[in-house]
Amino acid sequence: MVYLTRKAEFSASHYYHNPAFTPEENRRIFGKCNNSNGHGHNYTLEVTVKGEVDPRSGFVVDLKQLKEIMHREVLDAMDHRFLNKEVPEFFTQIPTTENLAIACWQRLESKLQQARLHRVRVYETPDLFVDFYGEK
Amino acid sequence: MKAHLTRRYRFSSSHRLHSAEMSDEENVRTYGKCNNPHGHGHNYTLEVTVSGPVDPATGMVCNLVDLDGFVEREVLSRFHLENLNTLQEFAQLVPTTENLSIEIFEILQRGFHQAHLETVRLEETMMNSFEYAGTAEPRK
Repeated sequence: MVYLTRKAEFSASHYYHNPAFTPEENRRIFGKCNNSNGHGHNYTLEVTVKGEVDPRSGFVVDLKQLKEIMHREVLDAMDHRFLNKEVPEFFTQIPTTENLAIACWQRLESKLQQARLHRVRVYETPDLFVDFYGEK
Repeated sequence: MKAHLTRRYRFSSSHRLHSAEMSDEENVRTYGKCNNPHGHGHNYTLEVTVSGPVDPATGMVCNLVDLDGFVEREVLSRFHLENLNTLQEFAQLVPTTENLSIEIFEILQRGFHQAHLETVRLEETMMNSFEYAGTAEPRK
């Protein structure tokens, strides 16, 4: 089994707010992230796939295809967007880094053909990242 | 849905690697430059990984403010700009980065209960790093 990781970057804005909470609770739990005008990050997405090396091509996965899938499924939808207002997953869920990693996994998993998705890592900043392995 | 959250922190400390169980010659042979009696320092980078179900109400594994507050209070304020050899934790223990990783893991395991502690990873320099996950194997 060989693991292959491809990175991509995107920039987006978001804010944290749960309509079930009172305004005071939202401010207490989410702090500055509750500002409804939003704030932004330069995110780094790392997608790790795993599989056996194809003896004819020497590839686990065609990197060009993986790059295209990541662009089509994630970057085209999220890059330079306000996540709460423009990405359907976040109409109902809070766009935390945790939920972002899960959303990226769900967008990518069924689209991969040659290799299996192993891990999605999303960096919100260089000092904060979330890993999702598809665990329920 | 279970996710893993990793946060990176920085602190700087000095230490000297010297074991009371070894002769002076053996200490020099074992620790080399790190046995310098006056000590030396590093800029450490600490990575703490915690895991747990993502709370549907907050979208979080744990509130980052709680994790940052705990690490600041219990780890960074204890070790940052200190000589590790002078601390109680290392009175009987050589302050290698192996032992420092284990110490920090145990501090977190004892006191931080808002999420499951997975791993502590400590970079001593950009060239070497150490990872400790208690009785578990660090997840790759």
